[in-house]
Amino acid sequence: MKILESGSGKLIQPPDIDAFREWNRQKSKELVDKRMSEAEAVSRFIHNGDYIGTELYGTVRCPMSLVREIIRQGKKNLRLAGQGVMELDMLLAAHTVKEIDITYVGLEVYGVSNGLRREVESGRVETVVDWSNASIAWRFKAAAMGVPFIPVRSNLGTDTLKHSAAKVVECPFTGKPICLLPALILDVGLIHVHRADKYGNAQIEGISGFAAEMARASKRLIISAEEIIDEEEIRRYPNRTMIPYYLVDAVVHAPFGSHPGEMCYVYRRDEEKIREWVEAAKTEETTLAYFQKYIFDVPNHQAYLDLIGREHLESLRHSGRAD
Amino acid sequence: MSELEYNPTELLICTAARMMPDKTTAFIGTGIPLLAAALAQRMHAPNLVPIFEFGGTGAILERIPIAVGEENTFHRAVAASGICDIVETAQRGFIEFGFLGGAQIDRYGNLNSTVIGDYHHPKVRLPGSGGANDVGSHCWKTIIIMRHDRKRFVEKVDFITTPGYLDGPGSRERAGLPPNTGPYRVVTNLAVLGFHPATKEMMLLATQPGISTEQVIAETGFELLLAETIEENPPPTNEELRILREEVDKEHFYI
Repeated sequence: MKILESGSGKLIQPPDIDAFREWNRQKSKELVDKRMSEAEAVSRFIHNGDYIGTELYGTVRCPMSLVREIIRQGKKNLRLAGQGVMELDMLLAAHTVKEIDITYVGLEVYGVSNGLRREVESGRVETVVDWSNASIAWRFKAAAMGVPFIPVRSNLGTDTLKHSAAKVVECPFTGKPICLLPALILDVGLIHVHRADKYGNAQIEGISGFAAEMARASKRLIISAEEIIDEEEIRRYPNRTMIPYYLVDAVVHAPFGSHPGEMCYVYRRDEEKIREWVEAAKTEETTLAYFQKYIFDVPNHQAYLDLIGREHLESLRHSGRAD
Repeated sequence: MSELEYNPTELLICTAARMMPDKTTAFIGTGIPLLAAALAQRMHAPNLVPIFEFGGTGAILERIPIAVGEENTFHRAVAASGICDIVETAQRGFIEFGFLGGAQIDRYGNLNSTVIGDYHHPKVRLPGSGGANDVGSHCWKTIIIMRHDRKRFVEKVDFITTPGYLDGPGSRERAGLPPNTGPYRVVTNLAVLGFHPATKEMMLLATQPGISTEQVIAETGFELLLAETIEENPPPTNEELRILREEVDKEHFYI
């Protein structure tokens, strides 16, 4: 295949699909109880320097209790798939990140990520490689397929491609230029779900974001779940299993695990607490004060929920389905 | 009845809403495009199918989402899938309109939402492409919504995040992008602009109410083509404003 253009960005996590196969072969296929705390899951499965990814978005079905635990444990030099809102703003602001494959890190309606700006403009984040949104998801998809790359028609003709690690080749079938995206295999994936059994079989309601692809692209996978259900519930509706147990290394029971974000059909986003972060994130000093209050001064997720207040949390609940 | 006053955001929303035809698909991000889609659904386009990046297809926009993945993006929707399915749907040619914004735009409709200044030593690190590059690559027609001034309408964007017509006629196709796609309209607080069919350069089609052609030219940092007849875009109607304020964005989150 003739290579027409090569992006100049660093390939932060080169895909080794044969090693990935060997890794997957040795993963236990046994049904064992994988329930553990955030603290245990993060300390056992996330190491300094690991390449991690979170799903879905900082204000939507996002593993926020795990993100707070990563900051609490002071992980360093993480490399990450930069597709996010508050969760990545926080990880950046806490100086945990060294390299990013980025598509979007911002606060949506509340504007740019101050964590991103401070860390990138100061050079504390050493490597930034740009991609389109779907490109990151498709890179997971390639890994999930067990192939080294996937051809797509995004990125073509742009600086987004020039600064990525993608390549443009002449398609061997049509002769036209096509963009090849390298598979992205995560050291650790973090996904928050509506319910899982103790083995890690997981169900998600509403949109699935990129959960299916990311789960299958992760060497180690930490699931946090609003609810732990019986294995029989899983077996009654096997078509609802988006993530089968053998992909999963840890199952963390985390009610309100997406707070201050939302969990569809369970609770709404907490605008007041989201705004509190948006304000705090504006300076280093106020960011640190926020972390002190909501992360360092509370030992775990339960204590965080107590700090937010049960009554306040209950006020966010809703059955939500269209009626 | 006298005409109601309106602000620039309301003007952009109403102008964009009129461009959304009924019974078609539109790739919608949050903010102005979303409000425009919600307004269009209540006015002339009850069967407009909004499609959201993270999986919502065909939501009834009774409640306004403020995040691209939130529950209201699939409220009473026909399908809730994921980002691969949505962008692959666009890649196969199913999505007619796409809406985009950006920090900078050039005469060919190329958009920057990545950095201001040098890429490696940025003056401002912006959020990045997000879905913009995907929308601008795959949707048949993209409509860009921006504030209009010389800092934003520039001779050369600092970074092409999202492809417009790149270097001019034929360059999208040469790059491998799908034929017959590209920017269709640019909606601003000063004007509605299109692209010359042959040269693909931006062209002034209509001015917003009370704005002169000279003002539009003065706020544009590159040489703007002028349509043979420059229309005056009608102001938002009282009905549009009422629906927008009382039904679409009741809590005035955006307007």
